[in-house]
Amino acid sequence: MAVETVIDPALEARIEELVNTKVQELFQEQFQALVSQQTRQQAEAKSGPKRLALVASKGTLDMAYPPLILATTAAALGWEAGIFFTFYGLDILNRRKLSHLQVPPLANPAMPVPVPNFIGAIPGMTAMATAMMRGWMNRARVPSVPDLLKVAQESGVQLFACTTTMGVMRTKKEDIIDGARLAGAAMFLDYASEAQVTLFV
Amino acid sequence: MATAFAVNKSLDCRGTFCPVPIIQAHQAVGSMAPGQVLEVIATDPGSQGDFVAFAKNTGHELLHADEEGGVYRYYLRIAG
Repeated sequence: MAVETVIDPALEARIEELVNTKVQELFQEQFQALVSQQTRQQAEAKSGPKRLALVASKGTLDMAYPPLILATTAAALGWEAGIFFTFYGLDILNRRKLSHLQVPPLANPAMPVPVPNFIGAIPGMTAMATAMMRGWMNRARVPSVPDLLKVAQESGVQLFACTTTMGVMRTKKEDIIDGARLAGAAMFLDYASEAQVTLFV
Repeated sequence: MATAFAVNKSLDCRGTFCPVPIIQAHQAVGSMAPGQVLEVIATDPGSQGDFVAFAKNTGHELLHADEEGGVYRYYLRIAG
């Protein structure tokens, strides 16, 4: 004898509602798990060392310091650091010039001993201002530019020599210190695109 | 000043300015073992913030810092 099962429509609706709720819950749970997994993976991908990308465009003694100090400090903090030396900044990588960078007193009202422009323009004044600056730096035991470059290279700072500047200034490859990489703007931009800190000096 | 830490290495950076203390600390850390304590003595007022940042970025723990008569002392425990 067949037993006919009759389900109360109200009960059926209730069952359907419960099933739907459960399905929604399970879906939400899995969705959340997936989202948090992706977020975690993204965070992990970004958790590599920080990167500093600098442009050094000036070739005076005073302007050689900021990029070298920032890059060597970044390396000491465990960051990746790279400096793109372009235009007059390329002198900092020029083995014949890097030990002889100078400070111009002309149009430089910030000299600790102010030099009027008409005196600053006299031949020999730049050498004099440079000698004074070197004296002050020695007194404060600030490392020299060659010393800082050495520290930079030892700590893995990437030194990029702008090849356009080399072409314009007729700088020979042999004049650039060992370990510096000849580079164009695209290469540096690619490097800088992954940097958290970029500065133009 | 007496400290509660056994210092494994001490760096005297008195009379130098940024970036010398940080660079010398970085170089000293390279020759030390995890868990060891590095003492840095400095006179550059900028070193106060610099060593907090150094610890934050490198993972070495800044156990203690103090200043007495313009001389700053930092104690860093080398990270594992």
